[in-house]
Amino acid sequence: METIDLKTASTRELNARLQGEGAGSNAAFEVLHPDGRHALACGLTAPIAVSIKGHVGYYCAGMNENATVTVHGNAGVGVAENMMSGLVRVKGDASQSAGATGHGGLLVVEGSASARCGISMKGIDIVVKGSVGHNSAFMAQSGHLVVCGDAEDGLGDSIYEAVIYVAGKTGKLGADCVEQEMTSQDRATLTELLARAGIEADPASFRRYGSARTLYNFTIDNVGAY
Amino acid sequence: MCGIVGLYLKNPELRSGLGTLFSPMLAQMRDRGPDSAGIAVYRDAAASDAKVVVYHPETPYGWDAVAGELADRLGCPVTAEPVANHAILTGGSSATALRDAVFASCPGVRVMSAGTSLEIYKDVGLPAEVLDRFRVSAMSGSHAIGHTRMATESAVSTEGAHPFNTGEDLCLVHNGSLSNHNGLREWLSTHKGIPFQTDNDSEVAAAYLTWRMSEGATLSEALEAALSDLDGFYTFAIGTRDGFAVLRDPVACKPAVMAETDDWVAMASEFRALAALPGIEAATVWEPKPATVYSWGRA
Repeated sequence: METIDLKTASTRELNARLQGEGAGSNAAFEVLHPDGRHALACGLTAPIAVSIKGHVGYYCAGMNENATVTVHGNAGVGVAENMMSGLVRVKGDASQSAGATGHGGLLVVEGSASARCGISMKGIDIVVKGSVGHNSAFMAQSGHLVVCGDAEDGLGDSIYEAVIYVAGKTGKLGADCVEQEMTSQDRATLTELLARAGIEADPASFRRYGSARTLYNFTIDNVGAY
Repeated sequence: MCGIVGLYLKNPELRSGLGTLFSPMLAQMRDRGPDSAGIAVYRDAAASDAKVVVYHPETPYGWDAVAGELADRLGCPVTAEPVANHAILTGGSSATALRDAVFASCPGVRVMSAGTSLEIYKDVGLPAEVLDRFRVSAMSGSHAIGHTRMATESAVSTEGAHPFNTGEDLCLVHNGSLSNHNGLREWLSTHKGIPFQTDNDSEVAAAYLTWRMSEGATLSEALEAALSDLDGFYTFAIGTRDGFAVLRDPVACKPAVMAETDDWVAMASEFRALAALPGIEAATVWEPKPATVYSWGRA
């Protein structure tokens, strides 16, 4: 395992080193003293493993593709934003907009995530062991948000076709977000997501939330408004 | 965008090193606010002498003449200790009386702070320059609050820099923007007699807390009321003589992170400002929840 110490290396040097790995590389890296720096381990494309020992700043593991990035601490705003594939795991808490606009891959938050978790998610799967803040899954288009704890107000506001599973309490649901029937297919999907995330929770304890589809379809009754 | 930081020392043994711990925190927030920077230092909660920190753009300035004029007006001795382009004035029956005397007799002089413990220093420039200018790293005290400003609501000037002090020993720093500050300023000025020195929205938030606390509210109660009466985006850090508090608006789009050990509690816009604090590796680190008052000491 190669160790990169950010006491001596710059963020730019770290990212250049990690981004320089070839498509087939499965090398492992350990990153020391992140000290809340922004944009660490961004834009990775090879299936490498990056272990960051400490708290990170904004946009850690942004645009991730194929790589596995583990943050042994808390993550700042926008962890794994616009992720395409791979796995990003935050051992502590995540700040706002975790997994924002993510297209694919899996984001696991072993603590809690704050506001706007999964905002505008486009295919990413997000599993949060704790709770999520307000307006999570706002305008979420596809993918899954799994919350083992509680969700604050505005969950799933203006949601499209993403699916939300929550085990705990929900605040006031966002516009057009409704509780829906939990099918056997949902339970299978949830079981598989929890297993991939390595988080123990009883799939039977979750409820499903999704779009009532009254906001984004054109309704002929509203034609006079256009 | 702005950067805010606060450090409240729970362990009195650390007080001699307050400035050394605090200065790197503020310097780290340069990228969030390169226009101006300000520091509020609480020296000694038990101090009782009236103290007003003032500013005049000319350096050196005739502070001894100012002190003499104030002494004549107040009928008691007033001393002036220059600190870069600021000066600490001491004397008078109360800090408010001394402050009001400055307003009345020194129209070109700006009041930065008034109280018995609080000293505010602020100026345009990068935070590291401002910290050096006022020798902040050598300062001792119980708690400190700082701000790096990227101006949005009013001019880049020493007057527009944070922290804002409106009542004795109360100060506030703000990341965000308030939308109802004009009406509230008018109301506080007209009906409650609170003097304003700037057009800045954040000064209104400080004045609002001053008014609430003058009516008997604790700082925490004043902040609870602010959740209803202030409209806009804000993360606030607030200091009183012996208290420290943090509040984020209900939407919480302005960042904040907190850390606490047995020795200290700290807040900042971003974690990197906290990364050099002693014991940070084992500290409890969390993001303050929206619309929730966090307070320490007698707040």
